[in-house]
Amino acid sequence: MEEVPHDCPGADSAQAGRGASCQGCPNQRLCASGAGATPDPAIEEIKEKMKTVKHKILVLSGKGGVGKSTFSAHLAHGLAEDENTQIALLDIDICGPSIPKIMGLEGEQVHQSGSGWSPVYVEDNLGVMSVGFLLSSPDDAVIWRGPKKNGMIKQFLRDVDWGEVDYLIVDTPPGTSDEHLSVVQYLAAAHIDGAVIITTPQEVSLQDVRKEINFCRKVKLPIIGVVENMSGFICPKCKKESQIFPPTTGGAELMCQDLEVPLLGRVPLDPLIGIQEFCNLHQSKEENLISS
Amino acid sequence: MEAAAEPGNLAGVRHIILVLSGKGGVGKSTISTELALALRHAGKKVGILDVDLCGPSIPRMLGAQGRAVHQCDRGWAPVFLDREQSISLMSVGFLLEKPDEAVVWRGPKKNALIKQFVSDVAWGELDYLVVDTPPGTSDEHMATIEALRPYQPLGALVVTTPQAVSVGDVRRELTFCRKTGLRVMGIVENMSGFTCPHCTECTSVFSRGGGEELAQLAGVPFLGSVPLDPALLRTLEEGHDFIQEFPGSPAFAALTSIAQKILDATPACLP
Repeated sequence: MEEVPHDCPGADSAQAGRGASCQGCPNQRLCASGAGATPDPAIEEIKEKMKTVKHKILVLSGKGGVGKSTFSAHLAHGLAEDENTQIALLDIDICGPSIPKIMGLEGEQVHQSGSGWSPVYVEDNLGVMSVGFLLSSPDDAVIWRGPKKNGMIKQFLRDVDWGEVDYLIVDTPPGTSDEHLSVVQYLAAAHIDGAVIITTPQEVSLQDVRKEINFCRKVKLPIIGVVENMSGFICPKCKKESQIFPPTTGGAELMCQDLEVPLLGRVPLDPLIGIQEFCNLHQSKEENLISS
Repeated sequence: MEAAAEPGNLAGVRHIILVLSGKGGVGKSTISTELALALRHAGKKVGILDVDLCGPSIPRMLGAQGRAVHQCDRGWAPVFLDREQSISLMSVGFLLEKPDEAVVWRGPKKNALIKQFVSDVAWGELDYLVVDTPPGTSDEHMATIEALRPYQPLGALVVTTPQAVSVGDVRRELTFCRKTGLRVMGIVENMSGFTCPHCTECTSVFSRGGGEELAQLAGVPFLGSVPLDPALLRTLEEGHDFIQEFPGSPAFAALTSIAQKILDATPACLP
């Protein structure tokens, strides 16, 4: 449900949609029809579906272009190094689905079976789902408003046959809007382990990431920690380090201290070296946090 | 007489440019800000409308955080950034009680605010209104284009970075422009290389060439490449005027050239 007028009578009250303060509220018609009073049945269906998924991690940022998809992909690969661990990577960025490209799965199609949609397997123990697999051309634009995007996310959570999964990693678009509210709402009964929040060092990212941290607190989503990406650049010629995105306000470290969230680590702008080491470090931290 | 919307608050705005991308973090707000500053230095009166409701970056980039928005008889007065009132700004950032407050709204509520931003801000006389958008092809974009359509925007400046994962999203944005009838003025490739301050070796940190190739593929003008410039990044953090303070910087030449192309592409107005 959206934010409602201050004197909203309540979505499940007798006055829902009919009160004077309901005038102009975008939910008015929904409430007047009585739909607001009953929870979406999909939430229970998704809870059932998610019983075979041990851990669910959301990868968020407030900011675009900080490396959520890159991080999600590398985390998935890192966790899947153990052949006995089953990993699922779900891309809910409906407008800008980057995961197929990053995973080298462009052009792959999704198949339907009796038990639902089959994810695309990049390895035996790593399955991927993205709206990118449903588009027939790289130029196809998904020009959808909120409710249609929410419907797609519901389908991804309810209708994909993930099977037995140890870790479901959910890559999200930037912002604090429909997609984020929907994934939290639909997984409400299924328990999300928490969110990993990605940022880059500079204030223009941190100011959006603080909002994302507040979003998580508002919807009671546990925060596993923050990753500072693009943290320093090693020149391939002289090997000296520079700060391309300067941490003028103390970077993620100071923000994490101020907001009392863990800083999980820093990844330099040199993915070939940095990401693999980081994944191993993160995996053990993740496992420690989950088991505690 | 045109049967379009009543003139209202956009009647005095001569040209409207939208800055779009499909991809987040490519520098839309940076390019919007620097384009506005460059146009102003070219003697134009410029307004910036920031319709990124979840991540409003522009107030900080122009050193305007914490400024208050006032009501006037024609609606909201935009925030003026200089005494001469040659550059003004409206952003949801000014309406938040606390800067870290998250705007957690679904589509319909975002659409309603964008409509208000378009119709209820008393811009006055402007040569250019630069509209900065969030990444994607969704509610905000549709609402903005629908609200601006009666005023016939000049077109869209589409921003990308060189690498394939950005170009992939920006191709979709070009489709969006085509489907919504928005003319693409050109593509700008941002973060095009970084020159190491220690040894001056230039590295293509985010790959290379994607922006120009995309422009050729899509048959739209390529407006230029802007390199990763630490001076630019610092002035954005500190809210200073890069165009004024760093005329010798690598990004300055690229940004002023892009602004000049926009000026050249702008049809002359009847007085």
